[in-house]
Amino acid sequence: MSFSYRILPAGHLLAIEGLEPPHIGALLDLAESYALLNRSGKTQRDLLKGRTLINLFFEDSTRTRTSFELAGKRLGADVINMSVSTSSVNKGETLIDTATTLNAMHCDLLVVRHAQSGAPALLSQKVSASVINAGDGTHEHPTQALLDALTIRRRKGRLEGLVVAICGDVLHSRVARSNIHLLTAMNARVRIVGPPTLIPADAARLGVEVFHDMRAGLQGADVVMMLRLQKERMTGGLVPSSREFFRFYGLDREKLAHAKPDAIVMHPGPMNRGIEIDSAIADDPERSVIGEQVEMGVACRMAVLDVLARDLRRNA
Amino acid sequence: MPDTLYAGARLLDPATGLDGIGDLLVRDGVILDHGAGLGRPDSAGVVDCAGLCLLPGLVDLRADIGEPGHEHRETIASVAQAAAAGGITTLCVLPDTDPALDDPALVQFVLRRGEATGSLTLLPYGAATKACGGKELAEYGLLKEAGAVAFTDGRRAIASARTMRLALSYARGFGSFIVQHPEEPSLAAGGAATEGELATRLGLPGIPPAAEAIMVQRDIALARITGGHVHFAHVSTAAALDLIRAAKAEALPGGFRVTCDTAPPYFDLNETAIGDWRTYAKLSPPLRPEADRLAVVAALQDGTIDAIASDHQPRDADDKRLPFAQAEAGGAGLATLLGVTLARVHGGDLPLLQALDLLTARPARLLGLPAGRLAKGAPADLLLLDLERGWQVKDGQLPGKAQNSPFDGRALEGRVVGTWKAGRRVFG
Repeated sequence: MSFSYRILPAGHLLAIEGLEPPHIGALLDLAESYALLNRSGKTQRDLLKGRTLINLFFEDSTRTRTSFELAGKRLGADVINMSVSTSSVNKGETLIDTATTLNAMHCDLLVVRHAQSGAPALLSQKVSASVINAGDGTHEHPTQALLDALTIRRRKGRLEGLVVAICGDVLHSRVARSNIHLLTAMNARVRIVGPPTLIPADAARLGVEVFHDMRAGLQGADVVMMLRLQKERMTGGLVPSSREFFRFYGLDREKLAHAKPDAIVMHPGPMNRGIEIDSAIADDPERSVIGEQVEMGVACRMAVLDVLARDLRRNA
Repeated sequence: MPDTLYAGARLLDPATGLDGIGDLLVRDGVILDHGAGLGRPDSAGVVDCAGLCLLPGLVDLRADIGEPGHEHRETIASVAQAAAAGGITTLCVLPDTDPALDDPALVQFVLRRGEATGSLTLLPYGAATKACGGKELAEYGLLKEAGAVAFTDGRRAIASARTMRLALSYARGFGSFIVQHPEEPSLAAGGAATEGELATRLGLPGIPPAAEAIMVQRDIALARITGGHVHFAHVSTAAALDLIRAAKAEALPGGFRVTCDTAPPYFDLNETAIGDWRTYAKLSPPLRPEADRLAVVAALQDGTIDAIASDHQPRDADDKRLPFAQAEAGGAGLATLLGVTLARVHGGDLPLLQALDLLTARPARLLGLPAGRLAKGAPADLLLLDLERGWQVKDGQLPGKAQNSPFDGRALEGRVVGTWKAGRRVFG
């Protein structure tokens, strides 16, 4: 009987909600060490040797899939990308069928992106692999929150007490939900900023402050986190036009001036330049940490794979 | 059929307030007499009821059944099996089947199929609009002659105010009423859970609770201008119940009429039952916050709610083993209707007779049926109940075909030990 400490007790990473601050801190510390390792040019290809990692993407994604692929390969895993086109889903293959197929392939680590909230949780009940949620519907995107937190921590030296403004389409954002859970757990002060039609019901119950005036929301912020506005939101009537949205909720120099002088600007990508963010800011190396977010993404995913693989060895 | 004497039972008849030890004698499928110490006629069979409760078979106002069109989910034969095990002897079924029950021949088909079970009276609702499509009124007069018990579009709300006005008005001419699924469809479209903190955390599209109150308020106004009778099914929110309570206080004899029912999930569960993506707890209307559950209990206590219906909605694994928002709404309810209602009795919220009244005499009165009471000359639809016997609801072990109970794992107290339809034993 061993009492060794488990960073992800469930054996999966399905959500940030439910993780305790020490777990989050341990993941970030491990990711930090992988960031240094990656910069040194060294690799650690024996850690996941002989392990199979499957990237199972029911939604298109280049950035996140590539990031997991690189993370897996740097740790020595055999990485397979499965893009499940919507057509085969339309042919009647269900998630449960997919799970049966994956079990037959003896997959160890399964990275899942799906358009439906809760789909990775459903898969995790049916597959023998450790499941990592790479974004499910409007629920969570836990590795994005980890990489955002690591980026902030490296720039600001801490998370506790920082004022973080998350701006834009919070209603449909899994990135926002995961960040809210992580940052509030780590005692940052989280604000969400957007038009009332894009703020989820009872959002304040998640421990955030809600602002509809972006200038007020950015006042004194250490971190400005922009979210992607999907074009469908305009056609769905939640926002009348992109020009109106940019005027009141797009990040430009004038609005950013309300944040702290050393505030950093983040975006999970892909950006809609001229809708939620002005190019001049997105490309400003003094302000934008968007490139560093991508770099930290690989490190965080390596940390998550590492932690879950330790459990695989423990159970073997 | 020889006479049967049910001996030494605790007789419970909510219609008259009877609660006492006695015997009940059945001849030719009809209750001949009941009281303390009836003699045993020669050749009469005896059912020893010592320590057990004998009450009228339950009258259930609302069930979706698979037939016609969805026999893979459930058939009338399997519905009858589940109903008998749940003590239900009269069951009203929704018309939004495939095809919809908008033709007298289809209504007669369901009635005949019910009679063929020999254990259950199936009372079909007629479609309120053709094909339950919400546009043109169905033939209420012909459907009623064929046996339609009232009119509804089932799980679909009658969305157009004009159509609802006409339906209430036209039904009144035939002495009938309209059952509404009270949910404003444009507010509910695409929703999977009650809008609020939990849906926000789970990333599920929400249905604002006001979608129910808005429809209830509109339809009360339409009942008022037509003098019609609207019945709201599975009412689940405090706001809607307040509106119904106020309308009932205002309604005068001979004028418009407002009645309603609720279903066990809405007074036994709250929205937290969907945590961890439990699709078996995905219902329509969705489960509500605790404050609404408490309001439903209060409305049962003060009589605002006229009946408790099972709101049985059979779904199979393919309907339910999906990501939450894609899974079908609906829960199996026949086998648990009585047990979950009795949980409110054992929990001290409702007196026993008042709870049973909501399952027997009150729904029967609403429908104008002679069922649901232990009167001399009434059909011998009977239920023998062990009030204290415990059991556990287990997915996979429920009677009948549908296993999608939102109460999976729930421990209940009070078990049906026998059911009789017109004097014939159909369960136990």
